[in-house]
Amino acid sequence: MAPDARETARRGPRRTVTTAFVVSRIAVLAVAAAFLLYAAPPLAAAGSWTGLGVLGAATAVIGYLYLTPRHIPAKYLVPGTVFLIAFQIFPVLYTVSTAFTNFGDGHRGDKQAAVTAIETGSVRQAPGSPEYDLTVGLRGQELVFLLVDPDTEQVRLGTADSLSPLPGAQVGVTGKVLRAPGVTVLTTPQAAARGPEISALSVPTPDGAIKANGLSRAVEGKAALVYDAGCDCVRGDADTWTADDGQGYFVNAAGEHLAQGWQVDVGFDNFAQVLTNPTISGYFLGVFGWNTGFALASVGGTFALGMAVALALHHPRMRGTTVYRIALILPYAMPSFAMLLVWRDLFNRDFGLINQFFGLNVDWMGQPGTARLAVILVNLWLGFPYMFLVTTGALQAIPRELTEAASIDGATPWQGFRRVTLPLLLVALTPLLISSFAFNFNNFNAIALTSEGGPFPAENSQVGATDLLITYTFRLAFGTGGAQFGFAAAISVFIFAIVAVISAVAFRRTRRQEEVYA
Amino acid sequence: MRKRTLSVAALASLAFAATACGGSDPAAPSAAPSGSAAPTGQAGGTLVIWADPNRVKALRPFADQFGTENGVTVEVKEISKDNQQTFITASQQGSGPDVMIGAHDWIGNLVQNGAIDPVNLTEAQKAAFPEIAMKAVTFDGQTYGAPYAVENIALIRNTDLAPDAPATIEDLVKEGKRLKADGKVEEVLCLPVTQKGDAFHAYPIFAAGGGSLFGATPSGDPDPKQVMLDSPGSVKAFGKLRALGEKGDGVLKTSITNENYIVNFAAKKCAYLISGPWAMTDVKKGGFGYDITPVPSFEGGAPATPFVGVQTFFVAAKGKSKALAQEFVTNYVTDKDVAKALYDADPRPPALTEALEEVKTTDADAGKFMDAGKDGMPMPAIPEMQAVWQPFGIAEAAVVKGGDAAKAAGAAQKAIDGALKN
Repeated sequence: MAPDARETARRGPRRTVTTAFVVSRIAVLAVAAAFLLYAAPPLAAAGSWTGLGVLGAATAVIGYLYLTPRHIPAKYLVPGTVFLIAFQIFPVLYTVSTAFTNFGDGHRGDKQAAVTAIETGSVRQAPGSPEYDLTVGLRGQELVFLLVDPDTEQVRLGTADSLSPLPGAQVGVTGKVLRAPGVTVLTTPQAAARGPEISALSVPTPDGAIKANGLSRAVEGKAALVYDAGCDCVRGDADTWTADDGQGYFVNAAGEHLAQGWQVDVGFDNFAQVLTNPTISGYFLGVFGWNTGFALASVGGTFALGMAVALALHHPRMRGTTVYRIALILPYAMPSFAMLLVWRDLFNRDFGLINQFFGLNVDWMGQPGTARLAVILVNLWLGFPYMFLVTTGALQAIPRELTEAASIDGATPWQGFRRVTLPLLLVALTPLLISSFAFNFNNFNAIALTSEGGPFPAENSQVGATDLLITYTFRLAFGTGGAQFGFAAAISVFIFAIVAVISAVAFRRTRRQEEVYA
Repeated sequence: MRKRTLSVAALASLAFAATACGGSDPAAPSAAPSGSAAPTGQAGGTLVIWADPNRVKALRPFADQFGTENGVTVEVKEISKDNQQTFITASQQGSGPDVMIGAHDWIGNLVQNGAIDPVNLTEAQKAAFPEIAMKAVTFDGQTYGAPYAVENIALIRNTDLAPDAPATIEDLVKEGKRLKADGKVEEVLCLPVTQKGDAFHAYPIFAAGGGSLFGATPSGDPDPKQVMLDSPGSVKAFGKLRALGEKGDGVLKTSITNENYIVNFAAKKCAYLISGPWAMTDVKKGGFGYDITPVPSFEGGAPATPFVGVQTFFVAAKGKSKALAQEFVTNYVTDKDVAKALYDADPRPPALTEALEEVKTTDADAGKFMDAGKDGMPMPAIPEMQAVWQPFGIAEAAVVKGGDAAKAAGAAQKAIDGALKN
């Protein structure tokens, strides 16, 4: 088939065009077009013209590519490249750029949003002012408020310019104005349709302004805090808070800041914080050591067990292998999230099945040694079916003649395994072992859902005995002062660097190994 | 043939790309739109309400009624995970709701992120709520939401096993130990501690022992600049927890967790449970007599004040129909019938005094929980509280396991001060 296709490709347009081919090609292009149509309006609405341009260009390229008979290799490469950019390159770049900001709780929006929030949040009802009943009306095309003071039943007309008495209006029992001279009273649905206009209308008064509070009430209030662009500061409550663009807060003379801040670039501050934070630097080596040990034990343990089981089932005299295989991949087939929680409860000292079954009274998750053993055991149970599957696959590719030849040459089964089978397995499996190491190095779920990093010594509530780098920095970035995405991103960059270095070294060694055996 | 395979593969991958990019599209937060719209009115406008799964069903009839009365469409959407973060993130991106339902202790964080607006209640409306509910939704002198349910923990006791309410914690321990010695129960008290501690459930006992979290500002709010965890009173309280712990009376145990404490009580494995209204469904299934009383204090100790949480309606600052949202929150959900319907859907004591009185006639538990929380402490709504939960919990677990109280308190204080940059 393949030479046939190559032939066709070289000769260009001269080929048979089947219905299925046309239909599937139309389908591909339809999906691409749908993608454009789906993504374009939000981008246009957000005014993201660069994004729109990229989207248009990408769609044009895809359309061209799958309509032309040429560029066969590109047809294969484009989907992969799109995925690479969307799922690898973009997240990495985004994480790195976030690491240079203070993005997080209290610093999510821009300065304008913070100013708006500060001003709206400080509006207080004018002391002694009435709780007006509100009716919305139209004077010509202009939206106006008909305000009824419930105590005096006096009706006033509120416009964007002024507040004035309106004699001759008729008020219903509920406090709503039924008729007013010169004003068309709106029904509630009509008013509801003009919600944004109602929210925007502000009737000036000597002490502040009257604003709608919903559709049926209005209150007179005044912002206690007001932003002054002249001094780039917020004034009010007998104090002044000046904008500090270094930390994204309005700060007063005493060094206190207003709650609402905005996102600013902080340069290398987050990275410096990772390096200088005494909690991180003080415990880094210990956590790193256990983290590496955990990842190695997880990979080593699962590989050893998975391979042993695979070898046993690979034996030619083994019967009922299908049944065993199904049973063995069950832990892999079940959702690990739920399994981890189940295992956590199995290890409970007083109510857990493990202690009850073995008649023990071990506080598994309460002591450093047993907690570490427990999380490794759980990870072993969850991980070995994967290793079993890949080893089974790799074993099929090793010709039985090789081991037979070795045994004819006088090798014991162990020697045959050690010198022939294992090296050939490792050639195929080392890349998987390395990626498994990288995965387990950052295996957040395995810890967060079982021991939660604990047990914690009495004198230190920040670093537990089973904490991985990822769980303990997660606690620092999200467990304490709210979500600190910038700081978390900086930590991710460091962990990424650590894993990348370890993997790169391991891959270099693998290549040497392959040169020996391949 | 080859061509076709190629096209199909490309089709599949493109479809995948489209869905994947759709997933990362900021306009569609993945946790958000799992509910359904309830179109009622004309094209007057749309009010979007986000609620957790328990409340969606209860709200829908009232949302529909509000929609019909005002000629608008009301959508109630169900949010089931990380509600606070989902709300903040979606608000920031302009795809948030107009009305949000959540716990009052979110207020500090929602305010610093500019996610909610103050709510203007009339004096009469404010007076319809108990003082503690209004205190909880007031932050920095402003009211930020309309309360609708008040919840706090209390001591729930199996009256078949322990007919009399204990006057002190000492009495409780004595009686519980006696029952345990007689083989009637397996544990003295069902109170979740877990390996990481549970600050929420431990707080009444901590307070009874003389402990405190924050000092107070001149206005009476918790002052994040004064963390009090290693104050002499708090160290003494941690000492009391230690005495009740695994190396002491064996009343508090890390093996009792949030997953098993209610179940164990319902299975008569303990005669006393410290929990809230959410436990009652399971407790009733246990099929024994029970009573609800305030958590007792130590002999001669301070009051065992529980944390009080207030479920609240918020007006989103970045909502598209703010006028409707204000109308809904200030004038509609402060209505007695709405409060009662929400109670029927999920039995948490209603905040409105009038609704509570009505509920009390059919459900005595609601009133008993309310009484137990009368002098409680509204959970601090300041954002700084987030820095307290975890170190406090870990210190609790450490002393329960027999760790040194002063050391644990000092470590928690250090961790919190470090996080708050005090």
